[in-house]
This record gives sequence, structure tokens and C-alpha cells, in this order.
Amino acid sequence: MKQTFTMLAAAAIAASAAGMAQADLVVPNLSYRTGPFAAGGIPYADGFSDYFTLLNERDGGIGGEKIVVPECETAYNTEKGVECYESTKGSGALIYNPLSTGITYQLIPRVTADKIPMYTPGYGRTSAANGKVFEWVFNYPANYWDGASVAIKYLLQENGGDLNGKKVALVYHNSAYGKEPIRTLEELSKKHGFTLSLLPVDSPGQEQKSQWLQIRRDKPDYVLMWGWGVMNAVAIQEAANIRFPMENFIGIWWSGSENDVNPAGDGANGYKALTFHGVGMDYPVYDDLKTYVYDAGKKAGAGDQIGSAVYSRGMYAAMVVAEAIRTTQAAVGSSKITPPQLRDGMEALALTPERLAELGLPNFGQPFQATCADHGGPGAAMIKQWDASAKKWNLITDFIEPDHDVLDPLVLEDSAAYAAENKIAERCN
Amino acid sequence: MLYREAGDFKATYRDDSQTFPIRFDRTGYYVLMAVAFGVVPFLINDYWANAVFVPFLIYAIAALGLNILTGYCGQVSLGTGGFMAVGAYACYKLMTGFPDVNIFFHVMLAGGITAMVGVLFGLPSLRIKGFYLAVATLAAQFFLVWLFNKVPWFYNYSASGQINAPERTVFGIAVTGANTPAWAKYLFCLVILFIVAWIARNLTRGSIGRQWMAIRDMDIAAEIIGVNPLRSKLSAFAVSSFFIGIAGALFFAVYLGAAEVGESFGINKSFLVLFMVIIGGLGSIFGSFAGAAFLVLLPVFLKNVLVGMLGWPTDLAAHIELMIIGALIVTFLILEPHGLAQLWRVTKEKLRLWPFPH
Repeated sequence: MKQTFTMLAAAAIAASAAGMAQADLVVPNLSYRTGPFAAGGIPYADGFSDYFTLLNERDGGIGGEKIVVPECETAYNTEKGVECYESTKGSGALIYNPLSTGITYQLIPRVTADKIPMYTPGYGRTSAANGKVFEWVFNYPANYWDGASVAIKYLLQENGGDLNGKKVALVYHNSAYGKEPIRTLEELSKKHGFTLSLLPVDSPGQEQKSQWLQIRRDKPDYVLMWGWGVMNAVAIQEAANIRFPMENFIGIWWSGSENDVNPAGDGANGYKALTFHGVGMDYPVYDDLKTYVYDAGKKAGAGDQIGSAVYSRGMYAAMVVAEAIRTTQAAVGSSKITPPQLRDGMEALALTPERLAELGLPNFGQPFQATCADHGGPGAAMIKQWDASAKKWNLITDFIEPDHDVLDPLVLEDSAAYAAENKIAERCN
Repeated sequence: MLYREAGDFKATYRDDSQTFPIRFDRTGYYVLMAVAFGVVPFLINDYWANAVFVPFLIYAIAALGLNILTGYCGQVSLGTGGFMAVGAYACYKLMTGFPDVNIFFHVMLAGGITAMVGVLFGLPSLRIKGFYLAVATLAAQFFLVWLFNKVPWFYNYSASGQINAPERTVFGIAVTGANTPAWAKYLFCLVILFIVAWIARNLTRGSIGRQWMAIRDMDIAAEIIGVNPLRSKLSAFAVSSFFIGIAGALFFAVYLGAAEVGESFGINKSFLVLFMVIIGGLGSIFGSFAGAAFLVLLPVFLKNVLVGMLGWPTDLAAHIELMIIGALIVTFLILEPHGLAQLWRVTKEKLRLWPFPH
């Protein structure tokens, strides 16, 4: 019995090692398709995988090298995240994208020691935008503090540039993720004179009665939300229940998926959310995806998330990683690349409007140029609004630039604290 | 045959009362220790350390701690996660407050601080018993998690409320932080587990352990024969929390490297450790190890088989894994309500007579 167990274990490890050694470009997908956050994890993982499948099927990979996307289930749990990281890093993993702020915090020192880049678009540690301190972490095109600032800027526009005396409530997931925007919003409330109230929701967030009761009592003018997974749907339902005006309720990009608004039905009509990329399926890339992936039966998951907001975000992340790999291949003059070379490529990445159009995603994202010091991108975001009768998101603004005067000192302060704690010398000088 | 007692003479009381009185057991124990200390550190890599050995060793410490309280002293506790959080945050504050001190002392001090907190929350156990005590410790769990979320001093006012373990060394070798070699992590946890298990084993078979067991079996009878319930209950809480605090400190500093109280030390952790103790065997040192091994290693093993070997989709594998583990737990508890430790005891009895049973 004991012997068979050992043999099985040995065979399992040998098999997993052999399965990954065939390919040259390994991009692990630390996904979560189970647990309370699966509603967000599934579309993202599908979009991420499908885009690489498209490149493999249509172009034969990138620069002639096939891309392999081994998936590992984290269930949004940091312990499983560590296990997934350790089990995939030996297979020549080029880059990590864990889609969890908690796991990101855990992996930042590890990827720095192992010299593997990590890409956390729109999540993770905000101050990683400072490439002088965070050599191996990239979070362009936008981060949480950008999101918080864009939301306030939008409210300023709505109110003719004056938020004095207004009340803004933040409903947030009581974790590293949800706490990220607090410092920025506090600074902004000082600058613009609105009062900020904080309403934490404990993970996973099915229980929010008391928070919304408080909102009903305090009657804030606007509610911002930093939620994820099941918490989003519950919050939108609760807001609908207390008849909070939906057009005054703005979610971060992670609180803006179809899975969040659909359960509330018509009650969710008018709900707004941020986004740093386009929405819907009116992009030429979907024609190719249909031909090469969906119709060929090669799609990831059940295929019921195609074109949704978080699916688009997974695809966006995959597109940026693919472009970085292409940049790297051109720079080193070889189709086979190593993680440190890819890091250089991430740092040299330029995403132009022309290139986006070539990729079949015209005006899908904002153009940016990464540099040694700038790992954070321009940080602009758009506001989209849910139309419950048509069941679709409509973009109601163009890209709004965040307030860099407020954000830049905060990023510098936080990254300097990290650098001091870990004795990191600044680069790029 | 294997467990032959014939011819194994003991001439002194000391020999007679040793932990492993049967020679076969003793040899097995020495071999195991030799492999664990002398062989594994040379073979271990990052994957085996971070996914298998380090979590197993740390959960074994936590299970030992809870087993002392629940298995030996009969006080049901659902506050394990909260006490682990006390250990973790105490260790973090000590690490950042006194960076030059050897991390080993920080871990021990973190255990000491947790012991004090544990005694405080153990006070109600003098008045309430059973389910009611479980609810009181549940309150400790929620209170402690809330506290570490609410008071920014505990996480040094960081923007996200996360705590990060900076690099700290023992004899010049990093044991926390990202540059820690796999063997150092493993050995550091192993040494602490060895010490803790040694203490636990000797406490439980000495007079304190007997007092605990007397309280567990019938507290009124114990009081009549002269056991002081205040002292024995609170000492059980103190020792148990000391071990759990150490486990929490290691869990944060050595294993995870960064932690967030709600996610890493939530109520799930309390249940997980309680399940380890129940499945392993209440009131058994070996049971703590067996339970920790069962609940840490089996999911990793199943995942490797289902996803790595059979190539199943990860979500299907994750669901099936939960079902298999759940079914195994139920089966175990029906077939052997006293846990894996009892299974081992029965096997030993059989092996004594094998191959010639009466």
C-alpha cells in the first residue's frame, strides 16, 4: 500500500513535469474556477486561455513558438497560490498573473528572488507602478489608486467641479484588495472637501445587510464599491432593495461584470462601473476567435462567458503578455526567451493605437509606453453603465485621466517604505 | 513477529517508562529522525518544501497544540485560527521592532504572547463547558480577527493591512523572506516541531498531563481527588496556545511570507485544525501528526494525480478533490471513530501476534 502510494506520487510528478517540458513559451494561468470568487475567476481564466489558443491556432504561436498555458486552481486562496506558484515555476514559467491581490503580495518577494516577472493589470500592489523599486512587477495600464481617482474625477465632472459637502461611502471587501483605495480616497476627500465613510464587508461578502442599512440611514450622495466575486452581486441586490439610486453607485472594474448585475435583474439598471478597456464583442478579434477557437471546439471552460467584461479583461492581459513576448523576441533576436529577458521586454513594451487595430482590438485599451521607472502606465479609465433591458454595458465617458498630483507622491511614499523594509536600492538612476 | 516484546528486558524504571518501550518502535523512531534530519534536507527542493513539508510541519505543531487542549484536557476550542493570528502578528511586530534578534527567539516569544492571550480567553472555561465553551472560543476567533483588521498598529499602518515578513536569519542563514533556501525553511520548522513534540509528549505523560486527563474524564471526580481545575485548565490553555502561537508565527513568517488576517487565520483555519485533531485521534501525539499529514498531503496528492497525471480540468479536479476528502473523512469516522491513531494502535496489536494469532 505504502509502496503503491509512493509510486503513484512519483508517477504523478513525472507526468506533470513531462507534460510541461514540450513547449517553449510557458505562461501559467493561476486561475480559480471554484469557491466564492469563481464568478470573477472563470471568465478571466477563459479569456486569458482563449487568446493564447487563438495565437497558437491562427499564427502558430508567437514567433513560431507555441504557447502553453498550464492552469492551476488557487480558489483565491493564498496557500494554494503558493503551491501553484512552486509547482509551475520549475516548468520554465515566463510570467505570472495570479488575479488575486493577496497572492500578488505573497509572490512579489518570491518572483523577485526567482527572477520571474509578474503582471498584475488593474490589481495587486499599487505602488508596484514604481519600477525603480519593484523591478519584477508590472501593473500597467491602471491600478486601484488610479481607479479611485478616476471615480472621484467623474463625480467632480457630474457636479460641476465641486464636491464640497458631499458624502461618499466606500463599500469594500475587508482584505488587502478592498483596503487599497482608502488612502487615496482620504487624500482626495481632503483635497475636494467631501466626507468619506468606510463600510468594510467581511470576506466572502454574502452578508451585507448592516452595511446597507447604514447607507439607508446616512444617505450618502455616492457609493463606491471595491468588491469581488459573490460580494458584488449581493451588494447590487442590496442597493436595489433599499432603492439606492443606481446611477450614484460606482464599482471598480472588478465590480463590473455581467455576473454581478444579472442577479438583480431590472433593479441593477443604471449601475456604473469603471473599466480600463472596451466592452462588448464589436471587435474584429472576435471573428478570429470564433473561427479558430470557439467553432473549432477549443475554447476554455464552458464557453458561456465569451465577450463578458471580465472575459475581455483576461483577454486584455493575455494580449499584453503576448505583445511583451513579441517585443522581447524582436529585441533578443531569438524566438526562445527567458524570464529575465521577458522582464526587459515588459519594460520596453509600447502599445500604440495602430498596433491595437492590427490586433483586431481598435481603441480597446489606452496606448502606453512602459519605461524602467514607469511600470504603471497612464492609469486612465472609462465609466460604463449597465442597461438592464438590453443586458449590456454602455461606455458613457471617454478615458478619464487620474489625478497624478495626488497619486504620484502616494506611490513614491509607499514604495519607499517597501524599499526601506527590504533594503532595495533604487534602479533607473 | 515485528513487534516482538519477548526478550526485550528492562532492568530499570527509566527503561520501563521510556516513550518507545518496544525495540522495533524505538529503532523506527531513530531511523525516521535520521532520515528527517540527515537525508531530507539534502534532497528537498522549493516545491517539496513549500507545498508539502513546511505546511505539514507547521500544521502538526498547531494540531499538537489543539490536541493538548481538546484531546487531553477536553476543552473544545474553535479559536485556533485567532490564536494563530496572535502568534503571527506578535512575530511580525517583534521582527520589525527588533530586527537584530535571532528569529528563533521571536517565534518563541510569539508563542509566549499567545499563551497569555490564550489564558485570558481560557478563563470562561472555569464556568462553562462543552458546546458553550466552543461558542466562547468562537467569540475569541472573531474578536481577534476583527482586532487585527481594525487596529493599524498591528500591521504597522501599511496601506493594504497586509503583513510582510522581512528577511531574518539564524546563524547567518535566512529562514524568512524570499531568499530562504528550501532546506533552511524545512530544518527550522522541523527543529521547532521536534522540540514542541518532545515537550508535548513528556508533559502529557507526567503529572500535569494526568491532571488534564482527569479533568477531561470527569471534572468533579478530578476535583475530589485533589486536582485543581483552575490550574489544570488554564495550564492546558497556556501550553496549547503557546504551541498554536508558534505555529501561527511560522505559518506567517516562514511559510506564507505575507499574510492577511481574515484570509489566512479565519474560522476555516480553526475548523481545519480541529478536523486534523479529530481525524488523527483525540488525545494522541501520533494522531496530531497523522491528522496533519492526512489533511495537508492528501489534497496536494489528489491534485497531482487528477490534474498532473490524468489531465482533468482544474475546476473538476478541485470539486472532486473536495468530495473525495469529505467522503474519506466520513468513512474514517464511521469505521474508526477514534481516528487514525486508533487505527495505528490496532495495527500494532495485530502485528505483535502476526503471523501466529491465537
